[in-house]
Amino acid sequence: MNNLISMRDLSKAEILHIVDVAEQIESGKIKVNISDKVAALLFFEPSTRTLFSFDTAVKRLGGKTLIMTGTGNTSVKKGETFADTLQTISQYVDIIIQRSPIEGAARYASEVVNIPVINAGDGANQHPTQALLDLYSIKKTQGTLENLKIGVVGDLKFGRTVHSLCQAMSEFNPEFYFASPSHLRMPGYILDDLDEKQIKWHEEREMDSFINDVDIMYVTRIQKERFADIEDYNKVKGSYVMRREILSGVKSNLKVLHPLPRVDEIHTDVDDTEYAYYFPQAKNGVYTRQAIISILLGEV
Amino acid sequence: MKIMKVRQIENGTVIDHISAGKALYIAQLLHLVESSLFVIGSNLSSSKLGKKDLIKIENYILSEAEKHSIALISPTASFIQIQNYEVVSKEKSDIPDVIEYLIVCPNHNCITNTENMSSRFNIDTKTMTVRCAYCEKKYTVDDIKFKRLV
Ligand SMILES: [Zn+2]
Repeated sequence: MNNLISMRDLSKAEILHIVDVAEQIESGKIKVNISDKVAALLFFEPSTRTLFSFDTAVKRLGGKTLIMTGTGNTSVKKGETFADTLQTISQYVDIIIQRSPIEGAARYASEVVNIPVINAGDGANQHPTQALLDLYSIKKTQGTLENLKIGVVGDLKFGRTVHSLCQAMSEFNPEFYFASPSHLRMPGYILDDLDEKQIKWHEEREMDSFINDVDIMYVTRIQKERFADIEDYNKVKGSYVMRREILSGVKSNLKVLHPLPRVDEIHTDVDDTEYAYYFPQAKNGVYTRQAIISILLGEV
Repeated sequence: MKIMKVRQIENGTVIDHISAGKALYIAQLLHLVESSLFVIGSNLSSSKLGKKDLIKIENYILSEAEKHSIALISPTASFIQIQNYEVVSKEKSDIPDVIEYLIVCPNHNCITNTENMSSRFNIDTKTMTVRCAYCEKKYTVDDIKFKRLV
């Protein structure tokens, strides 16, 4: 593995290796020291959480970071091309971690420079470290990635995270249950991919109909901006909010995941139940990113 | 039905077995109207295809890139090279697994449309769909546009 650009590039064995290394970094079995290494965090689109998570991951491995933030490629100054900017920065550092609003920017970066590139999100396309930290969280809480029942709730149309999750979990024979407002349903091309891999999936109107059957509930935010009419938003909003009451009959191993930030789709009364896992999930993001950085730098 | 005799060419290329209805699009793609002497036969009867289109182009040799684009638009197409009214070569169209440069990604937010760089598409000949190697979006052949080929 030379770069981490897209979940599409990863084999099942590579996914399992990353999860395994993350586990061993968390438990302290693997100790990596990259105190002689510098990582460039190029965030052409703001994302404080992802930036902090990567920054922490590099620093916990003993490495140093160089941070560049700005909007779009316009931050690339004085008419210098994106390729030249990347080439130059790659002369200073050992690894590039890049977020961009432009789709395909990370793949292009990896073709321009000779050092490893990690995609920290490219527009609506990929955010592979999010998918991998979700997998790590699932493995950690369920003991396995195989044959799990996974509920996915919220904006399934525009939610890049849930698309990557479906793609990534497809290697492990899951059964999916989807619930979303009718105009924010899972896109046909994702469902086609699942059919092609003979993965079982169900579309339901509300999460009530499957919450008692699943091992994982993955909740995402429904954005107001996705609705033409605020009335429509207010009408459906309530149906996709998770409250404590709904958890009364769930499986004891159920964990509720959320990529954060949440607004009100998970009520705070869920937070102190044994099922809430979204904050530990964020912490798992640091271990997962430590694992990926260590692997790409050839340290493990 | 009256059979239209399509004029013989002395030197040039015949693109045969084009899926019916696709010849005009191919002629546009090759910019034939601007630069070449050519004739199009539309909805000709064909034992293989039922109906087919055909293009004869005087003094024109197709590049590999042009052949790849034509193959994507009409996988049944074949290419015949003519010299002195004689057929000197016949070639079936061949769709490569990967096509560089020729295709314009329909996604405006794709890096291939914002940077001065070559596009790259992976071709699935079974479903006749193409996937951008950069933004990873999948398109049918009817959705995509080709770069001006000259
Ligand atoms: Zn593209």
